[in-house]
Formats: sequence, structure tokens, C-alpha cells
Amino acid sequence: MIGTISARRHRKDRLITRLSAFAVALALIPLGWILYDVAKIGLKAIRSVDFFTQGPPGDPSALGGGIWNGILGTLIIVGLAAAIAVPLGVMSAVYLAEFAKPGSRLASVIRFFADVMSGIPSIVYGIFVYTLIVAATHSFSAWSGSVAIALIVWPVVMRTTEEVLKLVPEELRQASYALGAPKWRTVVQVVLPAAGAGILTGALLGLARGAGETAPLLFTAFGNQFVSSALGKPMSALPLEIYRGARTAFDPAIQRAWGAALTLIVMVLVLSVGARWLLGRRARALS
Amino acid sequence: MFRAAAASAAAALLVVLALMLFKIGQASAPVWSKHAGELLTGTRWAPSKEIFGGLPFVFGTLVTSAIALVLAVPVGVATALYVSEFAPRRLRGTIASLTDLLAAVPSVIYGLWGFYVLVPTLRPFQAWLARTVGRVIPIFGTPESGLHGVGLFSAGVVLAIMIIPTISAVSREVFLTIPREQRHAALALGATRWESIKIAVLPAARPGIIGAVILGLGRALGETIAVTIVIGNVPVISKSILSYGATMPSIIAGNFPEASGSHAQALLAIALMLFALTLLVNILARVLVRRRVA
Repeated sequence: MIGTISARRHRKDRLITRLSAFAVALALIPLGWILYDVAKIGLKAIRSVDFFTQGPPGDPSALGGGIWNGILGTLIIVGLAAAIAVPLGVMSAVYLAEFAKPGSRLASVIRFFADVMSGIPSIVYGIFVYTLIVAATHSFSAWSGSVAIALIVWPVVMRTTEEVLKLVPEELRQASYALGAPKWRTVVQVVLPAAGAGILTGALLGLARGAGETAPLLFTAFGNQFVSSALGKPMSALPLEIYRGARTAFDPAIQRAWGAALTLIVMVLVLSVGARWLLGRRARALS
Repeated sequence: MFRAAAASAAAALLVVLALMLFKIGQASAPVWSKHAGELLTGTRWAPSKEIFGGLPFVFGTLVTSAIALVLAVPVGVATALYVSEFAPRRLRGTIASLTDLLAAVPSVIYGLWGFYVLVPTLRPFQAWLARTVGRVIPIFGTPESGLHGVGLFSAGVVLAIMIIPTISAVSREVFLTIPREQRHAALALGATRWESIKIAVLPAARPGIIGAVILGLGRALGETIAVTIVIGNVPVISKSILSYGATMPSIIAGNFPEASGSHAQALLAIALMLFALTLLVNILARVLVRRRVA
């Protein structure tokens, strides 16, 4: 074959192959660079266990203290967001995959706008929840932050869940109907458990995204330099700690921001890598 | 009952989108009725004097997104091409997961890293650019406010890094939808691998790739925190891309927490503009991607 292809055409083929391999390197260099810097500077900032168990010192220029206010805040805000978004996302997916007629107009409009919704900037959700809740209650609050995060996670959970529900074999449903089970029982007791691991994956991916969001929390949960677990009061979160730390001129506060960044990145990567690992296992089990 | 609950959960999504438009519109209504023309075309932003020109933010948003696209589109599409066409089979999954990982890094971490690591690295290059090319082409010139490192250019570079995973993941999916047989047919006629891609893959993939690029654009337009940290957040329209700037999301993130009265309403009006813009861009992108992938 080589004889029939001119050398010039061959060279061009090789050139393009190498250029695209080079593009892969260009795309991945920042990933390595960011992970390296966050690990290096972050580890230096984490001097002792206190970093994970104490709040920041009242004075941003003081050394010591930690980011427990942010860790606890992220756990609470994201946990509550999950409690809102996962049932909502799973239920909407159940409608699309199980109840909507194939080719249903409404279902495809909903699918389309779920995709559009996941492209809306997260700060718009923050502003929306501000006008809806914060302005009405006259107070920043952790729970309004959860609502904003939930709105972002919802379409993610919905679209991934719908995909997994479609993978559940039709025979399982038929078998359940044959035993006399009504549709809702089939969904609750047969289809959802069969899709369990996949739904969990979608939920974890959504939460990984939600945990890293800063913009929707700026005008809702707002942040709090004290450790707080009151849902109706301002509450910090790891991204807020990093954002505020990055914008101060005080070195100790900046150090704490890097430590918080390392903590957050480990959390988010564990969530999203774990989710993908689950999905991979699931795909192998089904095939 | 169960069916009704499921259906209402799904329909609630549409209700929420409509409610968002309504609430943000309603909250910014007073400032629209007084300053609508100014918000859309005014070049000066001085909230303390009740002057609300929105153009500097539209300008900043468009310029940073354009820089991001110029840098990210070739890299993102070529990465997708490598993964779907050239890469050895065992490398494909690894590269794809690593680029996905890049998308999982929270935007505030891009901001922190951008400000403390990337901007200082880019500064000497920016100074060199201003000294050489900048003398001839004003968009690379030394800005009136001086060269600080932070600004439109740095924000564009950070955005480029952030949207590469979006562009490459969606393009990859688009490439994978094109039947293998089409490539094989071209190869059988004596085409090289690149020629088979040029003949059989790229023309069919074009609408999908445009969709991928527009999705990346949508992400760049609305990216908030990373940009807020590295852009300087000063509402100016400069001839030079090395200048300070501000985008629609960055001015909201930077100023809304301290704003009150008509200043806060004007920022809500900017949020409505951002919402409308990203809504349109995403609808357009989805229409294009869907036509290909579905």
C-alpha cells in the first residue's frame, strides 16, 4: 500500500497525528501543574490536625487556626442540597424514562431544557435564590445556599439517571407485570434497585460539581468566619474560604486558602473518580 | 399518584426556568424602566452617581471569551480527534478520563492557581508582547492603566484551560457517532488516515463541533469566580487586551454583596442580561449538538 501513497501525503498524515498528540499534551499540562501546586503549597499550609478541627483565627493576619467552618459548611450545605436534588432528579428521570410515551413532545422539551439548564452560569442560580429567598427572609442562610446548589445538581442527576434507567432490561419490567405488580411498584421495587449503582454515580457526579461551586453561595450562604451549623444563619463553605482567602493581602489567610484548596480538590476528585469507578463496574456487570 | 409525582418533578424544571426569568426580571424592573438604554449601550459605570453603563461588562465578557475560544478550540478539537482517531486503543480511556478530570477541578481553584501561579508566569510574556508586537498592533499594547499581569488576557487564558474539557468531550462524542465504515471506505480507496478523516469524518461532524464550541463559549461567558480573581474587575473598555477589565459575572460576584438600592438593582439587571445571553447560546448549542448526536 505504501508504494501507492506519495511520500508527501504520508508526511502530512504523520504531521497531523503528531500535532494532535501535542494538543493532548497541551490540554493536560495545566491539570498536572494545578494538582502539583495545590498539593505542594497546600501541604505546607496544613501544619497540624488543628487545620481540620478549628475555625480561622478572628484576625486574618494571624497564623494558625483552620478551616473547620468551611468543611462543616460544605458537608451541611451540600448534604441538604443532595436531599433536595437527588429525589427531584430521580423522580423527573423516572417520568422521562418510565412514564412518558416514546416520542412524547413534553418529555423531549424537558430533556432539552435540562441540558440548557446545566449550561446556565451558576452565579445566575445564586442571584435567583437571592431574589427568591434571601430578599424575602431578609437574611443570608445556609439553606438558601443548599437550594441554589440543588438547582445546579438537579439536571445532572436527572440526565444521568435517565440514561441508566434506559439500560435496565425490559424483561425485568415484564416479569414484574406478569406477577401482577402495578407500574409504580415495578418502578420502585424492580427498576430503581436494578439501576441503583448508576443512580448513585449520577448523584455523586452532581454532588462533586455542587461541592466545588462558589458563585451560587456568595449571596445565599454568604460565608461565616465562625463555625456554625445553624441552617437559618450565614454559613461558610470550602469554596468560600478559598475565594475570600485568595482576595486578602494577608499571607496566613492566603496559606489557609491553599490548604482549603487541597482539601476541596481531594474531596471533589474522590467523589468524581469514585463515581466513575462505580459506573465502570456497573457497565461491566450489565454487559 | 406516583406517576403524577414523577411528572410534576419533571415539569417543575420548566417552571423553575420560567420563575428564574420572572424573579430576576421583576427584581431589576425599576432600574430597567429608568436606565434601559444606558444599561445596554452606556460605556460608563459609576454606581455612586447613578450611572449604569453596561457595555464595559459586555465588552469584557466577549473579549475574554473570544481569547478563550481562540486558544481552546484548536487544542480541544485536536485532543478529541487524537482520542477518537489516532490514539492507541489502551490510551484512549486514560486520556479521556484525564481531560474529564480537568473539568472536575472547581473554578475557585483555577482562580487561586491562576492568580498566584499562572499570572506571574504570564507577566513577562505580556510585557514582551507589549514591547514588541504591541508597538504595531494596539490590542497588544501597554494599557493606559499600566501592565499588571491580571486582566483580560490572563482571564482569557484561564478560561481557555477551563473550557478545553467541554469542547473536547463533546467533540469526542460527535466523532464517535460517525460510522467506522465511512472511514474504512475512504481508507479502502487508498486515502491516508488523515485524508479519510478529512473526507469522511470532518464534514459530517462539523455541525456537532460547532455545537461543542458554542457550549464551550457558553461556559466561558458565564464563568464567574476564576475570572473575578484574575481580571482585576475594573469596568473599563481598553484598546489593549493586556488591560484590566470586568465581565458581567465578575462584576456581579465582586460588587453585589456590598451593593444596595439602585446599584444592587443595576447588578440584577446585568444578571438578567447574562441569563438571557447564556440561555440563547445554550439553546443554539444544544440544537446543533442534538442534530448530530441524537
